[in-house]
Amino acid sequence: MLTIDRAGGGALVLLALWVLWECRRLPLGSWREPGPGAFPAALALVALGLGIAIVAFGGRATRLGDVDWRETRRALVIVAAGAFLTLGLERVGYRLSVLVMLLFLVGAVERRGLVTTAAFAAGMAWGSFYLFNTLLKVPLPVGPLGF
Amino acid sequence: MLETLQNLALGFSVALQPPILFYAFAGCVIGTLVGVLPGVGPLAGISLLLPATFGLDATRAIVLLAGIYYGAMYGGSTTSILMRIPGEAASVMTCIDGYAMARKGRAGAALAIAAVGSFVAGTVSVVGLMLLAPPLASFALRLGPPENFALLLLGLLVLAYMTGGSMLKSLAMAALGLLLGMVGIDPMSGYFRFAYGVVELGDGIGVVPLAVGLFGLAEVLASAGQPTPPKVQKPKLRELLPSRQEWRDSMGPIGRGTVLGFLIGIVPGSAHIISSFVSYAVERRLSRHPEEFGQGAVAGVAGPESANNSATSGAFVPMLALGVPSGPIPAVMLAALMVHGVSPGPLLIQQQPALFWGFIASMYVGNVMLLMLNLPMVGLFVNVLRIPYALLYPAIIVFCVVGVYAVNGSVVDVWIAVTMGVLGWLLRKLDFETAPIVLGAILAPLLEMSLRQSLAMSDGHYAIFVSRPIAAVLLAVGAALLLLGLRAWIVRGLDWRGRLALAEKGDAP
Repeated sequence: MLTIDRAGGGALVLLALWVLWECRRLPLGSWREPGPGAFPAALALVALGLGIAIVAFGGRATRLGDVDWRETRRALVIVAAGAFLTLGLERVGYRLSVLVMLLFLVGAVERRGLVTTAAFAAGMAWGSFYLFNTLLKVPLPVGPLGF
Repeated sequence: MLETLQNLALGFSVALQPPILFYAFAGCVIGTLVGVLPGVGPLAGISLLLPATFGLDATRAIVLLAGIYYGAMYGGSTTSILMRIPGEAASVMTCIDGYAMARKGRAGAALAIAAVGSFVAGTVSVVGLMLLAPPLASFALRLGPPENFALLLLGLLVLAYMTGGSMLKSLAMAALGLLLGMVGIDPMSGYFRFAYGVVELGDGIGVVPLAVGLFGLAEVLASAGQPTPPKVQKPKLRELLPSRQEWRDSMGPIGRGTVLGFLIGIVPGSAHIISSFVSYAVERRLSRHPEEFGQGAVAGVAGPESANNSATSGAFVPMLALGVPSGPIPAVMLAALMVHGVSPGPLLIQQQPALFWGFIASMYVGNVMLLMLNLPMVGLFVNVLRIPYALLYPAIIVFCVVGVYAVNGSVVDVWIAVTMGVLGWLLRKLDFETAPIVLGAILAPLLEMSLRQSLAMSDGHYAIFVSRPIAAVLLAVGAALLLLGLRAWIVRGLDWRGRLALAEKGDAP
């Protein structure tokens, strides 16, 4: 039976195996003088052991199918919006990418009115830029259009 | 003692300067708002405000961030009492009896007891911090790499033991954090590890993107599409005064909560959460009327609220004296100090007395400010909850991105935060604690360095860890904790950590 513990433990096992595989590129050194690959390899072995133990003893945990995944669709949309903002940050500038992301999230996803959406998005984009960039001297990226 | 008082006088001469007072006040207000708003915990709040401190000097920065930390502890009680929504995790226990008191028309009294308890605990625990940190720092100067290795390892084991739920899963998360901490240039050989040609990863995965992703963005993803919050019980100002009996019932719990919270705060782990849970359990056990707990017992509000505030000061002891963060919040504050070129640790008190004692004094001042802010302005803070979540979470995302980007001006950091946000959300779904990941990632380079330095000292003999008494004792304590943690596993019973996990989910036994 696939439980939350088994899913998590299994993912950890896969990660540990991947780290062990990647450690082959790094010198392991000797037992008495460990190299740059030794500590990650040792940690990966510990993680592997823990992952196996969690899988082995995780049969009594909640079934993965019983987990409430209702918010997943909206969460993925938010992740996509975050990814867009990250991509746009240095390409089109902070203000423009924040404006577009907020128009999308507030207007299209949350279905707020046009005036509320536009006022909120523009206020946040320009307001936060003024607060951080101008007042607090935190440099934020400006795109080719000057935004 | 005279020296301590002289140092405190120096601290007050720093803390009472108008700019420092302003930043303490700003931190308290922001912290209270952070505590009031569900979904924005103190860690996310501190991480988001971190870039705003870059233009400040180290003293102002740490005073502002500390204000947010203990301000959030005060603010968290407001929503717990008035709405049964814990503004932050440490206020979970306050929900039970605080909300029950509110339903009986005693919301004002509950808020007043929580605020006074928090004030007393916050002030008394700063005395503890003031007296304990300097001698601990002097002692730490005698520790070498083997002792440091043992201490860091013990810190991780204690965190895994003290975190609610399965110790095995907490240890697995600490191991994941340690693995994440391996990314970047190996300081001893100069090898790039797991960087895959991304130059920005040379310095490793930063604390801020990790913390903002795992705590800030993950919270936004977990709350996506949530319904509007329930109705708020609104207290009137004249109802704020507790009755004589309520004051009498709260004295003992406040005292016990203060001591318990401070001691638990020193120990690595989610101290402020655990302290409120332990305090609640102790008060119920000591009460002559345990049946009143859950029905609006004053002790159920006074104890946990005092304990979580006291734990805040306790958590600063290992951070300031040893340079070892006891949890993710002190870890982010440690990173904030390092950004300003200040290295917390045994030498901090000697080399930067104005910063250390100014910080201590500002905590006294901040606690007075919070008491004055929280009671009369409770109605104002509650109004913040009227902001629709549909507007609040996009704003949180923007602040998360600004906060992460501003640290290094790097988009790679923002990608890391987004990835960690998704990871944090998934791990919540699978019931894995994320706090050990942050601590593991921070401690990994220190742990590796002290291990390799120890082996260099001993010509490769691992016996150095057991032949040096302090290291041996620390390792033995770690081993004992490991065995204790596994005991519940073998017995298959629900120990206190299992009950804590249930309480954090809102199923308090």
